[in-house]
Amino acid sequence: MAKFRKKKSGGQQAINTASLPDIVFMLLFFFMVSTTMKEVDLNVVVRPAQATELVKLERKELVTFIYVGVPAKKYQSLYGSEPRIQLNDQFSTVEDIQSYIAQSRDNMTEADQSKMIVSIKADKECSMGIITDIKQALRKAAALKLNYSAAELVQNR
Amino acid sequence: MAKREVQEVNAGSMADIAFLLLIFFLVTTTMDTDTGLATLLPPPVEEEPEDTPPVKERNVFTVLINSQNQLLVEGKPMEIRDLTEAVKEFVVNPNDDENLPEKNVKEVEFFGTVEIGKGIISLQNDRDTEYQTYLMVQNELSRAINELREDLAKKKFGKSYEELESEEQKAIRTIYPRKISEAEPKNIGGN
Repeated sequence: MAKFRKKKSGGQQAINTASLPDIVFMLLFFFMVSTTMKEVDLNVVVRPAQATELVKLERKELVTFIYVGVPAKKYQSLYGSEPRIQLNDQFSTVEDIQSYIAQSRDNMTEADQSKMIVSIKADKECSMGIITDIKQALRKAAALKLNYSAAELVQNR
Repeated sequence: MAKREVQEVNAGSMADIAFLLLIFFLVTTTMDTDTGLATLLPPPVEEEPEDTPPVKERNVFTVLINSQNQLLVEGKPMEIRDLTEAVKEFVVNPNDDENLPEKNVKEVEFFGTVEIGKGIISLQNDRDTEYQTYLMVQNELSRAINELREDLAKKKFGKSYEELESEEQKAIRTIYPRKISEAEPKNIGGN
């Protein structure tokens, strides 16, 4: 009993919080590193189409994007207002797709190359003509796994 | 001169600052995963093979989309919302209708001998078809097949298709294959 009383007399001990910032900083760094801010600047207007039977693209490193849409306002004097293809950061033509696919395939590890997925992000109002051309080009480039990017359909049918 | 004791900086608010930063990053981080409709393109053909065996008319479900975004299904105009049911009936052919696809009898794991429809869905669109319409049609076709698989999974295994073992999924995929053929593009209906 005497022992307990002794401790009590020492007063309430404050927990040392000096290491709390370190823990929080660690969390902070984790989030800063894991956040990928890499988002291509879109030069074309892409309003996503809608669908219901969606599949998630889980492994980002397997996915190569092709953007299709009307050029943004500031590019319209240069590139017109017909839907155009954007690969990486620049406007491209259908002929460029094959080398683009080959290039992004080279950037993957060998094991992943066969699992490559191409995602077409096209504006919902653009015509199928350009999409069909892209599809034919992809077939020639042997990139057969295709994903039509779409958002969840909001209203019920 | 007596040395003054060095005053310790109060680090108690450090945690608050760090938390603030942390919360900022948590909020601004968008973890949205991209979603879309998955399809598989056919491999490129060098030359049209000339002696492809003809597919019987009853085994083909033709879907045409014109430049006005209208559908022509098996020669008749149709609304997109009716497509799913039409596809289901075509694939299953419940009453062994003579105009609907023939069936193959095949041995499938878990199910024994099953009749599998020989049906192929053929999709053709115009160059001026709107992307959204094309996607909706693709979506309805996928939905029909997904729903059939889901129903079968529920009936046979009492579980959702997603929860099944890969072997079981494969068996179901054999019974309801996703056979969608996209024709080489053409200009149907002009402008």
